[in-house]
Amino acid sequence: MGRIVLVTGVSRYLGGQIARILAKDPSIDQVIGVDVIPPKFKLSQMQFVRADIRNPVIAKVLGEAGVDTVVHMGVIATPRQAGGRATMKEINVIGTMQLLAACQRTPSVKALVVKSSASVYGSGPKDPAMFTEEMQPRHTPRSGWAKDSVEVEGFVRGFARRRPDVAVTTLRFANIIGPGIDTAMTTYFSLPVIPTVLGFDARLQFIHEDDGLEFVKRAVLGSYAGTFNVAGSGILMLSQAIRRTGHKRVSLPEFLFMPVGRSISSAGVIDFTTEQLRYLTFGRVLDTSLAQTTFGHTPMYSTPQAFASFLARREVSVA
Amino acid sequence: MPNAKIIPIHGDDPIVPRLVADLEPDVMARLMEFWEFVQRRLAGDYSVDDFGFDPEFNDKVLMALVRPLYKSWFRVEASGLENVPDQTGALVVANHSGVIAFDAVMTQLALLDEHPAHRHLRMLGSDLVFQSPFLGEIARKAGHTLACHPDAERLLGDGEIVGVWPEGYKGIGKPFAERYKLQRFGRGGFVAAALRTKTPIIPTAIVGAEETYPMIANATVVARLLGLPYFPITPTFPLLGPLGLIPLPSKWFIHFGEPIHTDQFPENAADDPMLVFDLTDQVREQIQQTLYRLLMQRTSVFG
Repeated sequence: MGRIVLVTGVSRYLGGQIARILAKDPSIDQVIGVDVIPPKFKLSQMQFVRADIRNPVIAKVLGEAGVDTVVHMGVIATPRQAGGRATMKEINVIGTMQLLAACQRTPSVKALVVKSSASVYGSGPKDPAMFTEEMQPRHTPRSGWAKDSVEVEGFVRGFARRRPDVAVTTLRFANIIGPGIDTAMTTYFSLPVIPTVLGFDARLQFIHEDDGLEFVKRAVLGSYAGTFNVAGSGILMLSQAIRRTGHKRVSLPEFLFMPVGRSISSAGVIDFTTEQLRYLTFGRVLDTSLAQTTFGHTPMYSTPQAFASFLARREVSVA
Repeated sequence: MPNAKIIPIHGDDPIVPRLVADLEPDVMARLMEFWEFVQRRLAGDYSVDDFGFDPEFNDKVLMALVRPLYKSWFRVEASGLENVPDQTGALVVANHSGVIAFDAVMTQLALLDEHPAHRHLRMLGSDLVFQSPFLGEIARKAGHTLACHPDAERLLGDGEIVGVWPEGYKGIGKPFAERYKLQRFGRGGFVAAALRTKTPIIPTAIVGAEETYPMIANATVVARLLGLPYFPITPTFPLLGPLGLIPLPSKWFIHFGEPIHTDQFPENAADDPMLVFDLTDQVREQIQQTLYRLLMQRTSVFG
């Protein structure tokens, strides 16, 4: 018997990509994609189920198809895309709760892969230079996507306790960047004039979208239970990254940066939360040695290379 | 403007060629090099390590800015550099004084300029440093990081020279009357880090920094208002305003002492508090003795 994989959040870029990659893999029999909105692009070789993971109907889908692996890609970072912060929080938190409750009831589920984020570590002046997986945040995130991610990870840990027979893999990604993906970060670096905090220079780390997908794929095909930091090697300073874009930089004092950032967000130019603004002030770097030794895979793109790949896309689109 | 004089761009103007010809080829090469440097910096084409250390910016810009202070103002004499390893990691532990942490910067420059292997000193600073605008940014670029176990052990494990000032704010913010009397040495966290990574501890004594800003009083109320650990009153500050910020030109000595090796201790020695306390005391005692010896040899403060 081959494997049956369910992927949540397939109508969004990364979810759709990973569903397609998995559908092509010979060791996987069937891929079921789930999302609330239909995908904008064609999802070949897979079954799409239009369902809301906030609804108990998801348990029926899991049980009837005999799903053995659940890939949870449905945690949303951008409130505007979700239709407001309240909806985003509900999809992230209630959705994950429902999905995990359904997984717990379905005996066929043997593996769970969760896309989480490095934002669970928070960001601040008391941070160590590099975070390893077992470190606790020194500045616990209090809002937005980062807080949702913390809650999601909490539910996932609870699930892992209640179903010890399921291999649970949590991947904490640095900012995913590349030629295809659109995130708050890619919008930020596309602004003609990029605002930064005066007197601070954040240390940034990126992971190329192909590398990110590769880690999700390996987590599905192999069995690597645990929590892993995933990022490209090396770092870029925020000032250095801006110089590489060739855009103008405007430095604002801290007390102006937050209101300006928030008003840009509310004007709909860019989807930014307070936690991301903190990240752009203090930065954050992950120690990725655990993921590299466990998965036996080193990201193909370093942080500067991943950023260069994002910049190359922009040049093509301008031309 | 029909009468405007036409200024030829090429050829006839004799001034430009003469200027170029007057320059030594060596100077030309250096100008070109500098221009390339500026271009590369503006394009973001340089690399920093995981801590945010920007070696090029540190060596060519930051250190160049403080070098006159080292050479002409404090006339620093560094000794015992042979006690600092060329390749491997070591923990430099030194006394702290002088209101503004010039002693740390001078020690960094001593190792960069006078050590045969031109070693970078990676210091461990308080979170107040990384919270402050500009200061935190510059500290990261100069290779320094937050004083915490994971960072200390990571740097030592990578074979870096790590600098700690265990007296912290008690050291730099102490009154002039207590000069050269070592304060309490924190909780000995630096010893535990050295034990875990089996790197030698180099007790280092700095003489001269105490006299740069003789602190006669500490305005605790002002300090609390500004959120600072202390607010110094010196004979010239705040009396003379910004002029009072100029440090007195005392003559400095930095001595890197005999290393204390930590590799002969058992595997879990860092978890033995008694051993950690004993080693901390040994380091403190060695620095205090070296301070007394250097002070005896010194003929005058401004020598």
